[in-house]
Amino acid sequence: MQQVNTQHLRNYPKKPKQVYLFGTCIVDSFFPDSGMDAIELLEREGIEVIYPQGQSCCGQPAYNSGYKDEAKAVALAQVRQFPLDIPVVVISGSCGGMMRHHYLDLLGDSVGENAEINNFCQRVFEFTEFLVNVLRLKPIDQGPNERVALHTSCAARREMGVHITGNKLISQLANVELVLHDYESECCGFGGTFAVKHADISAAMVADKSKNLVASDVVRYVSADHGCMMNINGALDYQNESLRGEHIASYLLNRIKGKATKAVL
Amino acid sequence: MKQFNEEESKYAASAKAFRANVTRDLGNEELRSNFRGAMDYLMGKRKSAFSLADELEALREQCKLIKQRCLVKLPHLLEQLEDKLETNGIKVHWAETITEANEIIAQLIAQKNGKTVVKGKSMVSEETALNDYLEERNVECLESDMGEYIVQLAKQHPSHIIMPAIHQNKQQVAQLFADNIDGFEYSTDVDTLIQQGRTILRDKFCQADVGISGVNFAVAETGTLCLVENEGNGRMCTTIPDLHIAITGIEKVVEHLSDVPPLLSLLTRSATGQAISTYFNMISSPRKTGEKDGPKEVHLVLLDNGRSQAFADEELRQTLQCIRCGACMNHCPVYTRIGGHAYGTVYPGPIGKIISPHMLGLDATSNLPTASTLCGACGEVCPVKIPIPKILLRLREESVKPKSDQPQIMQGQGAGRSNVEALIWKAWAQVHESPKLYALSMWGLTRFRFLMPKKLGGWTSVRTAPKPAATTLHEQIKAKQAKQDKQLKNGQG
Repeated sequence: MQQVNTQHLRNYPKKPKQVYLFGTCIVDSFFPDSGMDAIELLEREGIEVIYPQGQSCCGQPAYNSGYKDEAKAVALAQVRQFPLDIPVVVISGSCGGMMRHHYLDLLGDSVGENAEINNFCQRVFEFTEFLVNVLRLKPIDQGPNERVALHTSCAARREMGVHITGNKLISQLANVELVLHDYESECCGFGGTFAVKHADISAAMVADKSKNLVASDVVRYVSADHGCMMNINGALDYQNESLRGEHIASYLLNRIKGKATKAVL
Repeated sequence: MKQFNEEESKYAASAKAFRANVTRDLGNEELRSNFRGAMDYLMGKRKSAFSLADELEALREQCKLIKQRCLVKLPHLLEQLEDKLETNGIKVHWAETITEANEIIAQLIAQKNGKTVVKGKSMVSEETALNDYLEERNVECLESDMGEYIVQLAKQHPSHIIMPAIHQNKQQVAQLFADNIDGFEYSTDVDTLIQQGRTILRDKFCQADVGISGVNFAVAETGTLCLVENEGNGRMCTTIPDLHIAITGIEKVVEHLSDVPPLLSLLTRSATGQAISTYFNMISSPRKTGEKDGPKEVHLVLLDNGRSQAFADEELRQTLQCIRCGACMNHCPVYTRIGGHAYGTVYPGPIGKIISPHMLGLDATSNLPTASTLCGACGEVCPVKIPIPKILLRLREESVKPKSDQPQIMQGQGAGRSNVEALIWKAWAQVHESPKLYALSMWGLTRFRFLMPKKLGGWTSVRTAPKPAATTLHEQIKAKQAKQDKQLKNGQG
């Protein structure tokens, strides 16, 4: 049974000429290639990508730790970096969920101008959501035959519907078999500071997630969230497993270009 | 500030032991396999009970609104409930604390010179540790729900609010029976085990002086106590002994009788995947003149125990919408791993994390709200749409609040605050709200990435450490643009 989540139902704009990219702090510092690949993919579709250099982090780490004032300051600083009335494409479902669903709650009262925040939230799109529902991307697969799994972050799944759009994109790749792994919808155990504060519970969760991914006998798994992948890939590397996850932007781009994909950690 | 007495302190101490409990139970492979298997089974049952997604959504919305309406009117509905129950001949008692509740019940039993009690399943009586309290006063209490019976025999507490003995497999139960029941021959046949339990309980129902039960819905408009159960033990407890005492939390009151069917339908399907429970009892009075059975006296004890603290705050009030189905724990990846006992609280799992701080204070429970990835599975399945992840965030916020002279919203707020952590977040915010400081910090992180430690506390106990990139995305984009600008300029030139 598919859970119905009305949060996903929204009106999508026509294909724009320009978009903003929100790169996220994890991609910025650890996985910039995924960001560059996302930009290339968008540019191939004839879209100009604007990347405001003043952006940093969505504020989620502080927000999830109960430090609302600190989260507020950082969130407001982001909103101010994206003034034009064009889509803000976020290459992480969990940061996208933060900016789309939690900013109004977090910033609503402090700004006086709720309209500004509301307008911003309405312009936020998760990357795969944007590819499927706004660009209506039909990727032409030039890569070899292979089996892959899809891991969807929990925030992406429940706040942004990425399990639907991510699935749709991979399913369109003619030479790729999308394999459903056991407990596919279960959390990988990252949860930001949870992985540090409750390291042993997190360890038990990522042990199961990595085990199930390995058991699905795929050449790689794909995800739209580098937070989860930092967790799962780190565990796979520790276990000396060769399986790795790759950001869906890089994966799609490489399939379209017919290039062999590379493992990231 | 509320002072804890002996019983309350016992619970507070057990909640404080969360971390040690987690380490203990994560290492118990049999326990973990029992929980994983049972939770998979329960998730499957629920899924098959809701085949139509639209119908489920409509019912959840309807039931959320019912519970919210009843909570808005809670003080009024409680008065109405008391009036109606008293008119029907059911005596109502109010208990602010668990000790008050226990005292009331002990007195009622003493007045009838009661020596033996049979109990139907009641989590609120677990909350008050009623069995211990009565045993100390030489009143024998026997749990009559099969799961509760097993747990009592094993001298344990329930690990799940619907399936108290879910942490045990049938081999463990068979061994427990063989060790504790005279004449029982070891068997892992489930029917044999249940028959054994039922035979012992049958005699006890007939001998007991008092029956104690919980309540699922207390209807204000009619003064009716509704009890949902599958084994018939609830009916026996509430009809055979001369004295029936029901105990429940104040949030169980609903306004109309017509509120019950949709709630019941969601409760049984969310809990066990049943379209309807085997028994549904509606208790509206003691035995009337001319009636052949039923208790001669019926009492209801309404317990607060921190619920009014949750009620006072609009966001936290949603905690009280809970109808105790257990779906949140069945779907929780943390509960599935650590099991119910690790929480150290009467109510485990996601609902336990948000209700226990009101009962025990945030100081005793500050580890609970943080022990979640905020994955949202609980909120997704909650039949009355309690935004559990959002409430967990709120509790984290209350937990790290600086000390102030303002009146406290929650007992023990600020207990989870560490000055070091507060300073780190302050610095973090300063860096991330300033493009210049952020660029500088990222430059440092990437240029000095060789300094990244190989060991990062708990993170690297099961993972390798992540390695910062050589250059940031900011820099790569800047370089790309510079190159494009140059090409453009050369092309024009």
